[in-house]
Amino acid sequence: MAKHKTPLLDQLESGPWPSFVSDLKLEAAARAKNEKDVNYQIPVEVVEDLLGVLELSYTDGETHWKHGGIVGVFGYGGGVIGRYCDQPEAFPGVAHFHTVRVAQPTGKYYTTAFLRQIIDIWDMRGSGLTNMHGSTGDIVFLGTTTPQLEEIFYELTHEANVDLGGSGSNLRTPAACLGKSRCEYACYDAQAICYDMTMEFQDELHRPAFPYKFKFKFDACPNSCVCALARSDFSVVGIWRDEIRIDQEAVAAYVGGEFAPNAGAHSGRDWGKFDIQSEVCDNCPSKCITYADGKLTINDKECVHCMHCINTMPRALMIGNDRGASILCGAKAPILDGPQLSSLLIPFIKVEEPFTEVKDVVENIWDWWMEEGKNRERLGETMRRMGFQKLLEVTNTKADPRHVQEPRHNPYIFWKADEVDGPWERDVNEYRKRHQR
Amino acid sequence: MAFVSSGYNPDKPMENRISDIGPRDFNEFLPPVLKNNFGQWKYHDILEPGVLLHVAESGDEVYTVRCGTARLMSITLIREMCDIADAHCDGYLRFTTRNNVEFMVDSKDKCDALKKDLQSRKFDGGSFKFPVGGTGAGVSNIVHTQGWVHCHTPATDASGTVKVIMDDLFEEFTNHNMPAPVRIAVACCLNMCGACHCSDIAVVGIHRKPPLIDHEHLDNVCEIPLAIASCPTGAVRPSKVEIDGKTFKTVAIKEERCMYCGNCYTMCPSLPLSDKEGDGIALMVGGKVSNRISMPKFSKVVVAFIPNEPPRWPTLVKTIRTILDVYKADANKYERLGDWAERIGWERFFEKTGIEFTPHLIDDFRDPAYYTWRQSTQFKF
Repeated sequence: MAKHKTPLLDQLESGPWPSFVSDLKLEAAARAKNEKDVNYQIPVEVVEDLLGVLELSYTDGETHWKHGGIVGVFGYGGGVIGRYCDQPEAFPGVAHFHTVRVAQPTGKYYTTAFLRQIIDIWDMRGSGLTNMHGSTGDIVFLGTTTPQLEEIFYELTHEANVDLGGSGSNLRTPAACLGKSRCEYACYDAQAICYDMTMEFQDELHRPAFPYKFKFKFDACPNSCVCALARSDFSVVGIWRDEIRIDQEAVAAYVGGEFAPNAGAHSGRDWGKFDIQSEVCDNCPSKCITYADGKLTINDKECVHCMHCINTMPRALMIGNDRGASILCGAKAPILDGPQLSSLLIPFIKVEEPFTEVKDVVENIWDWWMEEGKNRERLGETMRRMGFQKLLEVTNTKADPRHVQEPRHNPYIFWKADEVDGPWERDVNEYRKRHQR
Repeated sequence: MAFVSSGYNPDKPMENRISDIGPRDFNEFLPPVLKNNFGQWKYHDILEPGVLLHVAESGDEVYTVRCGTARLMSITLIREMCDIADAHCDGYLRFTTRNNVEFMVDSKDKCDALKKDLQSRKFDGGSFKFPVGGTGAGVSNIVHTQGWVHCHTPATDASGTVKVIMDDLFEEFTNHNMPAPVRIAVACCLNMCGACHCSDIAVVGIHRKPPLIDHEHLDNVCEIPLAIASCPTGAVRPSKVEIDGKTFKTVAIKEERCMYCGNCYTMCPSLPLSDKEGDGIALMVGGKVSNRISMPKFSKVVVAFIPNEPPRWPTLVKTIRTILDVYKADANKYERLGDWAERIGWERFFEKTGIEFTPHLIDDFRDPAYYTWRQSTQFKF
């Protein structure tokens, strides 16, 4: 018998898509039964009460969670988000319902042994509810009480050999696509650099010293599966700068219909026979592909690395061999000054262990942003306020037409003294000798 | 419920403390076939919706079955995933950025058995536990936020809206019948933890009434200068009010300057702005993050407000269905929703979808607004 009636939520159990309500009910029943005889450290009815308070929100159209209080583990300034219910008497099981962010393995691969180990900790010391995963990438443990925080941290670090993720004005848990582990498009080892830089910057991740949050995301090719250039302050996107490799026999197989275009991504509809001219050549944004006399030719110097031809004929076209990444900076969601995508800073950089060149770029950016950034100002906003030139300056990057979509529309240029011939400081009386008042 | 110590000693917090160890090394968790062929992948095929084949230079193959999840999941469900991975996949599994779970095996036979097993599992209410799909030119799983389940600033729920949208788009999740991939995101407020500002369809919770001011408590719980500085439009200013003969230091809000972003509430709990009738959803379309064919682009607001209609948000679901049906019928192969809208022109987008164009859809926020107005006689009647 459910503790709270949930007639509105019950309507989310029907339909084919996995029902979180059914799942919550399953967990509530499992806790009530407690077949494994778990010594629950937070109220057994926590899931029942979550369903209850959610039903209340569905009834009155407003949330019932308060601002987070300052809770956490000793020595860290992030990783735990305090959360309290504003109806604690009605729903005592979720009166305290703090989130614990746990650092996810890069690429989100798991062994069941590890997963079982961490969820056993969460079974006993938390609500048994999770997000797999949070938006930034962490494993999110959803709902526990303050006295359990140190205990959970102790068991995660001592037994499962895993740490908390980031929150607050610090480096957030970095994330990468699955890169070389299972993708032929990977232009660099996104997982290796993501893990390496996560380990290198543990202090920045756990101890807030920044104006606001800072995110790294690593996409190993311009398809951008982790959305680096929309979702991270420091976006590393894989790219090549030589020739796309062509297997002409495989091209012929696509033209002949033996291979399905786009790896079969369009199989659910009859789009007609594959037409290499309209589907590949005409769709090329820089029109650098020609197909004539059964031969595909790419003018690689004009290629803008959009991936369309490679995506469309993955067995015939392969990324080049001179590989690395572009670095773009400053993406963020609308709060405060409107949404931003990352802007290109470094057109090409080699991404090889120990990744010193990439780390130098980020450390130069941090030195500047920590000095100049205002409270709660994302890097992208500091860039807009101070100018892109400033970012070039602090990262010792030479200006390049690739940095802009087009040159500026006004000549309001902030010339510096050393850019202009002759003395900068001048005597007005000398001037007046040549020009009467 | 007796307290069980982990071994942590609160009197000596640094005793045996382990910190700054980071995540586990991903190399520990790669299935052997991936480890053996790391960086040596030759090509891939999507054998059917939700089933991927990757072939390595060595000739090794890995079959992946991708299943949508609700993201909000219980450990009971995760244990079931572990049981499946133990039974079929030698104890390995992975999750994707878009909240899918992936099971990998090294042969076609194992893949067929795995898929059959996954599709047979349902919740008591009848929904699939592991719907197979989310690949290619279809609708992939929704990236989303916490909503009413666990957040203090939402203007809508996330888990519920995702459930009803995906119920309606289930056919598109389990098929490759769209012109190009369709990426949907739900963010329950403008903070956009789901960063949905570059999605084909972005569902964004918005508030529409200025914050309430809890004058008698504000100065006790908030730093007034921080609350003032938090407002991007300068609508918050310091003030004093007298209540029952007592003077309170507080703030005043210039209501005509407020665009309901809620940033002041993030800084100051005494400025709540959630409201049943005020809150709801703005629908944005046409964004993308991939560099394929066209450059990444922002989503654009095409419906300024859709009311919250829990539990199943029928207007929201119907509006998304309408847009996707028109896009599906009208767009070229490989053409993302935003590229299609730009090719036919936004005036045609509104005509074809039947969505009413209102003054709310014209940008008036700061400099970027001008660049969205039309400085040309090139338009269509």
